[in-house]
Amino acid sequence: MNHPLTLITFIPLIGMALILVCPPAFKAGYKWIAAATTLPQLIIAGWLVHNFSTNTAGIQFVERYPWIRAYHIFYFMGVDGISISMVLLTAIICFISVFASFSIEHGEKGYYALLMLLDTGMMGVFVALDFFLFYIFWEVMLLPMYFLIGIWGGPRREYAAIKFFLYTLLGSVLILLVMLGLYYYGVTPTFDMTQLAAQSSSYSMTFQRICWVALFIGFAIKIPAFPFHTWLPDAHVEAPTAISVILAGVLLKMGTYGILRVNYAILPAASHELAWFFLGVIGTVNIVYGAMVAMAQTDYKKLVAYSSISHMGYVMLGMASFTAAGINGAVLQMFNHGTITAMLFILVGVIYDRAHHREINGFGGLAQQMPLYTGITGLAFFAALGLPGLSAFISEVLVLIGAWQRHPVMTVFGAGTAILTAAYLLWCFQRIYLGRLDEKYASLPDLSLREGFTLVPLAVIVIVLGWYPHAILGLLQTSLNHLNRVVLAATPAQAVALH
Amino acid sequence: MNNPQTVDFIRWIVVLPLLGAAFNFLLGATLQKKLGRFAVSITGCGVVIASFALAVAAFLRMLELVPSQRFLLDDLWRWFDIGGLRLDIAFWLDPLSIVMTLIVTGVGGLIHLYSTGYMHEDPSYWRFFAWLNLFTFAMLTLVLADNLWLMFVGWEGVGLCSFALIGFWYTDQVNTSAGNKAFIFNRVGDWAFVVALYSLFSGLSKVGHPTLIIREIARYAPLLGTQHAYAGISVATFVTLLLFLGATGKSAQIPLFAWLPDAMAGPTPVSALIHAATMVTAGVYMIARLNFLFSMAPLTMLVVATIGAVTALFAATIGITQNDIKRVLAYSTISQLGYMFVGVGVGAYTAGVFHLMTHAFFKACLFLGSGSVIHALGGEQDMRRMGGLWHKLPVTFWTFLVATLAICGIPPFAGFMSKDEIIWSAFDTGHPWIWSLLWIAAGLTAFYMFRQVYMTFFGEFRGTDEQAHHLHEAPPSMSAVLVVLGLLSFAGGAVMLPRFIATFSPFEVFLAPVFDSPQTLAVTAQTHHQGLEGYFAALSLLLVAAGWLLADLTYRRKILSADRMSRFLAGVPYTLSFHKYYVDELYDYAVVRPYMMATRAAGWFDLHIIDGLVNLAAATTVLGSWLSGLFDNYVVDGLVNLAADATLAAGGRLRRLQTGSINGYLYGLLAAVMVILLVRAVLHT
Repeated sequence: MNHPLTLITFIPLIGMALILVCPPAFKAGYKWIAAATTLPQLIIAGWLVHNFSTNTAGIQFVERYPWIRAYHIFYFMGVDGISISMVLLTAIICFISVFASFSIEHGEKGYYALLMLLDTGMMGVFVALDFFLFYIFWEVMLLPMYFLIGIWGGPRREYAAIKFFLYTLLGSVLILLVMLGLYYYGVTPTFDMTQLAAQSSSYSMTFQRICWVALFIGFAIKIPAFPFHTWLPDAHVEAPTAISVILAGVLLKMGTYGILRVNYAILPAASHELAWFFLGVIGTVNIVYGAMVAMAQTDYKKLVAYSSISHMGYVMLGMASFTAAGINGAVLQMFNHGTITAMLFILVGVIYDRAHHREINGFGGLAQQMPLYTGITGLAFFAALGLPGLSAFISEVLVLIGAWQRHPVMTVFGAGTAILTAAYLLWCFQRIYLGRLDEKYASLPDLSLREGFTLVPLAVIVIVLGWYPHAILGLLQTSLNHLNRVVLAATPAQAVALH
Repeated sequence: MNNPQTVDFIRWIVVLPLLGAAFNFLLGATLQKKLGRFAVSITGCGVVIASFALAVAAFLRMLELVPSQRFLLDDLWRWFDIGGLRLDIAFWLDPLSIVMTLIVTGVGGLIHLYSTGYMHEDPSYWRFFAWLNLFTFAMLTLVLADNLWLMFVGWEGVGLCSFALIGFWYTDQVNTSAGNKAFIFNRVGDWAFVVALYSLFSGLSKVGHPTLIIREIARYAPLLGTQHAYAGISVATFVTLLLFLGATGKSAQIPLFAWLPDAMAGPTPVSALIHAATMVTAGVYMIARLNFLFSMAPLTMLVVATIGAVTALFAATIGITQNDIKRVLAYSTISQLGYMFVGVGVGAYTAGVFHLMTHAFFKACLFLGSGSVIHALGGEQDMRRMGGLWHKLPVTFWTFLVATLAICGIPPFAGFMSKDEIIWSAFDTGHPWIWSLLWIAAGLTAFYMFRQVYMTFFGEFRGTDEQAHHLHEAPPSMSAVLVVLGLLSFAGGAVMLPRFIATFSPFEVFLAPVFDSPQTLAVTAQTHHQGLEGYFAALSLLLVAAGWLLADLTYRRKILSADRMSRFLAGVPYTLSFHKYYVDELYDYAVVRPYMMATRAAGWFDLHIIDGLVNLAAATTVLGSWLSGLFDNYVVDGLVNLAADATLAAGGRLRRLQTGSINGYLYGLLAAVMVILLVRAVLHT
């Protein structure tokens, strides 16, 4: 394969074109075109992982061509250990979300076309290494998301879509400003992220700090970090199932990915200085606060949304530790959270499709009627609460082992939240699935084959990574350890001295 | 323990029950429908029995080795290797873990067999066996793990199975709430456990040995002795205190014991296997496993022994007033676990493990016996509605009686050997006040156990006529298990006779290599009063006999009245005991309610303050754009229009100047030229 990254990024656009030209008479074919598009993408992702060399921290599968010469903009793509895991996650989630979309019943053409465009945008963000290209993909992702929530969403879809759009746009503007700032104030004007990283010490410390905080806010909105998180529950509640899956499974990771790719790699000295508060303290607040607010929710989907906020806090805390365990755990947590939360949102969708509401207190005893569904939900819930033997346990433990060495107090809070998480998840499980079955639900069918098809692969990943986390850690390790060393070596004093 | 011998069969001891669980989870429901319960029982029991057979083979193989070489390792694969933390999925057998393995698979196998009878009517038969198998897998992982993180996998894994089996009859929310309570209490302990591991790892990293593999910790633990964690407390003390807090969750000790009595909501075989014989002893096992670490922390050891002794007495005082047959046994379990903690806490590790083993025999026997009673009475658990069952359920009665004699510590039953060893060790190592607490608790044990025996099996039957009509002895699958456990309760103590009777005890010799680190030996060598053991045993027996006699007079001969006794005690102690010292209420008001209020407050804050600010910002922006729209319309555009209007108006006025008269224009021109000349003249001067 000559241009695997270009292929994996733009295959969905071909699918989109096919969907758009497909005559309405073949309406039933849209979803199959979408499936046929995401399958090769998944295969290429597998090929990339298989051929990825874990011995080097360098960038692989590079494609670099001049694009806009006057402004030194390149079509520059490549993956390292951090992005390859996200490419794999995106391919898996996109494939599954196509099958989770089958219940969409109006405007399929537009829906699947936008889904494909969204796919390209997400994949592009993870493979782009030119800041300008990265920004283009970042923006490309925004638009389809807005329409997917705003058109195919729930009753308050317009409010949620606008909120999502404006919030994310605010973040984008900050990122854009920093991008231009880095370009114009650099010793050599460039958008090449590797080049920017190499010349990072030439920026003054004050400039670095300002850029760092602006970027942080831009990315924190996506994570979402406290207090920029309130768009997320609204977006999730209104979004159709598959879009929630993508939102939680992939989109949130772009925030933390961006921080690693841009803040850490390009501004290591500022990262070293500021991470303890912006990632450590805010991450811990995310963990505890998210869990507490989740307990207060009565809407099933909102509960899952807040649990997402809580779990993304572990990613931030791990990144703030600057230890090999912490930072590897953080990216592993990104992957694990992606698969587990995707499961949770599919599971919420399953019951919403049948009962047409999500009121936790309005259910009860579903285990009797839907044993298979209940069993898989149990697995997903216990994975989410960090049960050992399932994937999230490993990543949370690595995060906390790392964090303990630098921020013991935050670690104690992070570890203690495991109790709160167990409390809200078990209580929710009890109210929905256990107890006496309500007559109203005595005719609900158990999981369909299609629903099973979306859930079982994720369940298998969750179990396998609990016992063999090396499958992902092996990919990450070399690159992340290198990045960690770079950040640790970059002290503010050094930056000032060089300036 | 330098170079363990590598083998590749230990994995099967662990994996077989997992395969059984997977099989029944995936196929059990179908098989049960198509082929009947038999198909489920075969795999469900078969895998555990096979596991037990392998464990026996391993035990025999181990006996062939010289004692110092009795360490077998089965290394499967690299789990993770990050930041110096290199752990494998690996299992190891040493004398301690083989003893536990034999208990778990042996007693566990018996309870599986018993369950084929007890659960026979249940429609979710397959689900029961799947969870029971999964529990066995998790427990064996806990026992055989070669590193502490893998041990923690088993540690929380058993908690999961406990949760699922307590709430097995999930249509009743009382059961599921009990399951949640158990899991969340355990999570509190687990929090302490994981923080202990972070701290231990970081401490070992600082001395240059980043590891959490148990045998490597044993090697490097002495280096931690001088390292300080916080406020002058050594790392070893800090870590072991946290580990012990973890143990109080799993093993139901003060302060985290309140979940165990509620856990009796599960089917009785579950209470026997998980909440008596195996899982709840995990805390004791963990301390014995890490004896080299605990022995370095005298403060922790004292805390362990004290909490153990106080719990032993505290739970016994609750046990004497309970009326639910299983709850009495639950408090008795808490109390007996307290004894075990005293054992390991005073450095008598072997005695602690020994009591763990004999307790597994007699407590399983007692629980299964109570199960047989409940089975015979169609689900009745209140002892006030029992009585006179001994001739209807002879096998149950006799085995129950044997187990009762064992738990009371009456020679020559197994409980005497183990319990007396602990009570004596407490005194022998210089803790007379701990000894006195255990001594009183032993008397109370005899009282509440015989109270139970008399209320259940003696006197008149106090149940309904229909129950009396249906009274029947348990089927052979259940009664045979009772007989085996009864025999073990009788003779199981023979492996370690008291020193004043026999000088050689095989159990102690077998376990000796596990407890041979210098720091452990330093603790166990602290004995003061050799030679008095026999007298102390007699002293214990005296109080036990008194307890028995009191129960006999009150509940069999009815010479004394329990009501009058409680009134005599002014009611207060009785009420406290009957209401379990209001501990549940305390937790409810001090923790649960405030926390629920806090979460509601957080939810409100999120919705109205944080999101309110976001919406306010949006509203402000909208207002701003509306205002700027007004401004644009009326001010900016107004100015433009004003300018236009002004021009028009000015034009209108100026038009009047255009009179069309040439003379007028010429005068005007002349006037203008004159003005210009005048201005120039003025400027030039």
